[in-house]
Amino acid sequence: MTLALALLAGGLFSAGTWLLLQRRLTQIIIGLGLLGHGANLVLLLAGGSPGAPPLVGEATPDPAVTADPLPQALALTAIVITFGITAFLLSLAYRSWVLTRDDEVEDDLEDRYIARRGYRDDELSDEQAAQLEREREEAGQ
Amino acid sequence: MLLALILLHMLLAAVAPFVGRRWGRATLLFCGIAPLATVVWAATRMEGVVGGAAETSSLPWIPDLGLSIDLRMDAFALLMVALVAGIGVLVFVYAYAYFGDRTDLGKFAGTLVAFAGAMLGLVLADNLLALYLFWELTSVTSYLLIGFEDRKPAARAAALQALFITGVGGLAMLGGFVILGGQAGTFQMSALLSDPPAGTLTNFALVLVLLGALTKSAQVPFHSWLPGAMAAPTPVSAYLHSATMVKAGVYLIARFAPAFAEAPVWRPVAITAGLATMLIGGLRAMRQHDLKLLLAHGTTSQLGFLIVLLGLGLPEATMAGCVMLLAHGFFKASLFMVVGIVDHQAHTRDFRRLDRLGMSSPWRPTMAVTAVAAASMAGVPLLFGFIAKESAYEALVHGGTGGADRWILAGVVVGSMLTFAYSGRLIRGLVSPASAREDTVSAAPAPKRLFLGPAVVLAAISILLGVLPGLLSDFVSAAAGSLDPSAEPVHLALWHGFGTALWLSVATLAVGGLLVVGWKRVEAGQSLTPSWLPSADAGYLDVLKGINRLADRTVAVFQSGSLPAYIGTILFTLMALPGYILVRDTELPELPPVASSATQLVVAVLVFGAAVGAARVTQRIHAVLFLGAVGYGMALLFVLHGAPDLALTQVLIETLSVAIFVLVLRRLPASAARSPWRLGQLVRGAFAVGTGLFVTVFALVASAARTEDPISTGFLERALPEGGGRNVVNVILVDFRGIDTVGEITVLAVAAVGIVSLARAARDAIVGRPEGEDS
Repeated sequence: MTLALALLAGGLFSAGTWLLLQRRLTQIIIGLGLLGHGANLVLLLAGGSPGAPPLVGEATPDPAVTADPLPQALALTAIVITFGITAFLLSLAYRSWVLTRDDEVEDDLEDRYIARRGYRDDELSDEQAAQLEREREEAGQ
Repeated sequence: MLLALILLHMLLAAVAPFVGRRWGRATLLFCGIAPLATVVWAATRMEGVVGGAAETSSLPWIPDLGLSIDLRMDAFALLMVALVAGIGVLVFVYAYAYFGDRTDLGKFAGTLVAFAGAMLGLVLADNLLALYLFWELTSVTSYLLIGFEDRKPAARAAALQALFITGVGGLAMLGGFVILGGQAGTFQMSALLSDPPAGTLTNFALVLVLLGALTKSAQVPFHSWLPGAMAAPTPVSAYLHSATMVKAGVYLIARFAPAFAEAPVWRPVAITAGLATMLIGGLRAMRQHDLKLLLAHGTTSQLGFLIVLLGLGLPEATMAGCVMLLAHGFFKASLFMVVGIVDHQAHTRDFRRLDRLGMSSPWRPTMAVTAVAAASMAGVPLLFGFIAKESAYEALVHGGTGGADRWILAGVVVGSMLTFAYSGRLIRGLVSPASAREDTVSAAPAPKRLFLGPAVVLAAISILLGVLPGLLSDFVSAAAGSLDPSAEPVHLALWHGFGTALWLSVATLAVGGLLVVGWKRVEAGQSLTPSWLPSADAGYLDVLKGINRLADRTVAVFQSGSLPAYIGTILFTLMALPGYILVRDTELPELPPVASSATQLVVAVLVFGAAVGAARVTQRIHAVLFLGAVGYGMALLFVLHGAPDLALTQVLIETLSVAIFVLVLRRLPASAARSPWRLGQLVRGAFAVGTGLFVTVFALVASAARTEDPISTGFLERALPEGGGRNVVNVILVDFRGIDTVGEITVLAVAAVGIVSLARAARDAIVGRPEGEDS
């Protein structure tokens, strides 16, 4: 654990967050990549101080001077999964280019519509129909 | 055995939809087996229970939550069982005659028997949480029953209204139960009621419990769902109004009143609601032309009466309430059945269109039953309703609440006059000439014997107990005694001698009779009710609209459809909640050394520079190259940290990533500069810096927080002998945590499938484009 690495993890998250908060899908993907690097670094830092590679030679390695292998295994899994996500998002960006010639993430129109007009509520229309019916009956008296 | 009976109901409910397809309406008789078995079993246990030995059974369910299915049948529960199961059997027979052959009767019969089972569980439950469970089960099943004609908007609206109002009350009641259980240290009802807690918190809990009971029993101002619930098929209405559902609230109040009536909130809330409902329900019943609606308003009125009697928590009134509970069950079920018959045979329930139908000779038996039941409701001597009303007057004349006695008695007497008046209105409606000009019905086929049978049975009971009320003395005494041990046994009799109660009865009959004679004028007088008075129906609609508007507003704020807004929300939550706790609860550890080596410091600075570069440049390809630089720098850091496997993987993956980026980027515009920012640059920067700060502090605190030895010490020792590998990281991946790796491979496979589909779909789209447009 060193101050430099802790600051670097924060720096990677800052840069990643900066890129996440906009609408270009490729920039978002790059931001996610930076976040992934930052997360791997935090994983590694949580494992303790650096040390010799965890390899078994003639004798069992001494835990005191060997790097913790478990966070390494976790980070390795994380690297591969981040790659899978990056590749998938890139194919989405490609698809977006095919459809719109751009990779901009647009607002969901349906959500906008609901925000402006409200949602059509079946229970309300049922209740109003029932009330109309009641009123008509009473008017028929 | 108690549990077995409830399970029998549920079993039949599960089976009914399947046998219903083949058996049609016979399924209704099949499902009637469950209440019939209950009646038979309860009859065999009657002597013991009335003698004071309650039947119990207990099944632990979730003991950690204090939740067990404790069932207990004391004399009052037996009274309720007699109503629920006894009237249940008749309702199933009646429904069999009511429905023609329909394909969906299996579903109906199943829901009805589940409803009966839930109500049975409710009156037998001795654990508050189990009671709540059955309580909600009756709400849900009644929702399905009221909305059975689900093609009609009115039925759907009525079903939702019932579920909504009783559901809100039920939730409040659950809150009350939890507080009471916490105060008393037990959720067992019999234990809680024999040693009731007191205090401010208890009072609050009681208000919540009362809210549940008053909504369920359709008391003002929550009464609007009950008249709407008549959208249900009539067999359901007959059952719902007489023995189940609405009686659940009465039941709960009856149970709680003796223990809690002296609490300062109890009587003001319960008695006020009860009296108001009794009067308002009675007044509204007197302007209805729809026979079923008339009865529905009558039910709310009678429920108010029952709430007053049983909510007072005075021994004598409790006793009268038990009698009234039975009497109301008998006459109200038979009245609904008769109205259902009229509706079924004459195809109208509007008595303005009925032209002296009750006077025609084939309808005489039906009319006789109606007259008996209505007279019992009105409190005419020689019928059971009279006995009930007499004992109620007797109890209220003696009083026991102090200054309020007079008012309660006056309210009940006026309410009873109204009851007499709308009972008379029902009869007059059936025997008078039609007042509508067209579509009148003067003759209709009389009902078959089986159709009328159940109502005849109930009317006969009303007469039998009206003439020989002594038969019930022991039973009712035991029931009231199990609610309130201080209740003294009574001897029910037709003649009590000349007393205030008798004179009040005479006055009730006289004034009620006058109101019946002048029924048209009473009706016309009600049209003078100012229209600006708040109506419960309109109030309900307003609440419904308000909730929907609130939901729309919430959605408009939180589901804006904008990706940056969503991510911003997530980041804000991260900084606000875990960030706040991090700052508040932890102390910063001593700062670690700046870097473990000069190389590490240099590489870290370079990686940071590359990350800033990736964030700042506007050309896409430059950003990707910076990202690659970050990746290779990370690999160097891994090497320095003692993680060669990570470094190797990182280099491979980074190379592959850059290659794929380039494949996609060659299509996209080179510059990403025009991107319209949704959040202001300042806000965006604040989020970025805040997140980075959070992560740095978190990393410092987390890595200094270790208290235990790492578990990987064991991995180092076991890698070679158990995993057969010298590279411990690899052994962990493929052996010790192999399942993780399987998950990882699955994620990659899923991603690969997605990528291939997206890429192929894209290619098809390009082929489909007009020529010349493709690049």
